Amino acid sequence: MAASAAAAIGSPLKCGLISSQGFSGSTRSFLWRKNEKRNVRKGCRGVVTAKIDLRPPPYSLDALEPHMSRETFEYHWGKHHRAYVDNLNKQIVGTELDTKTLEDIILLTYNKGDLLPPFNNAAQVWNHDFFWESMKPGGGGKPSGELLELINRDFGSFEGFVNEFKAAAATQFGSGWAWLVYKANRLNVGNAVNPLPSDEDKKLVVVKSPNAVNPLVWDYSPLLTIDVWEHAYYLDFQNRRPDYISTFMEKLVSWDAVNSRLEAAKARAAEREEEEERKKTEYEDNQADLDAREMYLESSDAADDSEAD
Amino acid sequence: MALRTLVTRKTLRTLPLGFRGLQTFSLPDLPYDYGALEPAISGDIMQIHHQKHHQAYITNYNKALEQLDGAIAKGDASTVVKLQSAIKFNGGGHVNHSIFWKNLAPIREGGGEPPKGSLGWAIDNHFGSIDALIQKMNAEGAALQGSGWVWLGVDKELKRLVVETTANQDPLVTKGPSLVPLLGIDVWEHAYYLQYKNVRPDYLKNIWKVINWKYASEVFEKECP
Repeated sequence: MAASAAAAIGSPLKCGLISSQGFSGSTRSFLWRKNEKRNVRKGCRGVVTAKIDLRPPPYSLDALEPHMSRETFEYHWGKHHRAYVDNLNKQIVGTELDTKTLEDIILLTYNKGDLLPPFNNAAQVWNHDFFWESMKPGGGGKPSGELLELINRDFGSFEGFVNEFKAAAATQFGSGWAWLVYKANRLNVGNAVNPLPSDEDKKLVVVKSPNAVNPLVWDYSPLLTIDVWEHAYYLDFQNRRPDYISTFMEKLVSWDAVNSRLEAAKARAAEREEEEERKKTEYEDNQADLDAREMYLESSDAADDSEAD
Repeated sequence: MALRTLVTRKTLRTLPLGFRGLQTFSLPDLPYDYGALEPAISGDIMQIHHQKHHQAYITNYNKALEQLDGAIAKGDASTVVKLQSAIKFNGGGHVNHSIFWKNLAPIREGGGEPPKGSLGWAIDNHFGSIDALIQKMNAEGAALQGSGWVWLGVDKELKRLVVETTANQDPLVTKGPSLVPLLGIDVWEHAYYLQYKNVRPDYLKNIWKVINWKYASEVFEKECP
């Protein structure tokens, strides 16, 4: 990990066209170059940088025993997660990425699949934050309320969802993650409208991803994740990944967390719909103006012709 | 204990067309005890790695082959295509681990002894020294994101040594059809985690003490006589 990052540092890299998620739709050619001085607010306190932190899980390291051991947390959070944070900070210090949020760094360095070196670290930092918060002491059980209704709607039943999630986690080959996400189908084209603006578009879906990739890069809203890199379960379960997955579902999942994420995801989707409506109306108004002008020009030509005659 | 690969012939069913039997695979024995590579690689790891991980690849490979056989017989093209990834994962896992066990040897049986003869000369010629080769392989192995392998191979067309990495269980040949593996080091976490935890570089440093250069030389001399 260190070696390839070191090789990339010092050579300028260009990000191609970046999709408009989160940005104002402008396209930028993005130069990522270490040691390049950037404009910063220089107060008497000196240069301001946005360092990424290692956030602790919202419970003590032994709180999920015996289902996930304290020893696992000491390595998984204390070594792996910490290394992703430290290595990311080393990679972005002094570059344009240094002032960005973690999510922005992820989307920029995903680079439409042509990953830039900081991607693995950035995404893994985010993934692990999200993973710790997806679990809680005394977790497991079943969701309720609207979340359960949506699960029943989109998976047939809670058991149907559990089976699909477990299968995705078990069949993610090599390292990676399995996810429950909220998908609000959008066309990523400037002035087009979602051709299927029905409520059925806003669906819960199970997806899996390799290595550090997460559903943010597909413009989905993650609700729940399980880490299926071997380091996540090897000390407690060795090769028995299916046992780890079952334990996660039965004893660890924080449905509270999933619920609040769902609320946030729905709110985001509603905001975007409004934004698209607004853009659509704007576009249609512009079109109407253009049409009006054309008509005016046509009629004045006709007047000239008749005069020539 | 000689290495034997057990092979069983298993006929699926007798069809009027004289359908061929399906060859399935079994776990090859290790040519040494599980604890024989200590302290470089612990006996626990060797046992789980061999009896659980490699066995699982073989079991799932056999299952995928049976399904493939059925799909071919029925002319079910889309199932044939769908099975390709399971075959690559699990078949690759079987191929790679079969090589891996031969790449290791207890110290008292020559593990760690540097190569002499033509392979030693080729390494010095291409990389400068054995140490330089080891540095390069360790750097690439440590830098590999996620799961995979780091290889020393020989391009049998160009007669050149190469260092390559592959992801997941992709065999070396996926990096070039004329590449032949001489040494593969498994850098999936299951290969080292119980002993080395997150410190993959320590595993890479220590595994060279039990690398079986004799096997690598034999393969090399066959491809580059």
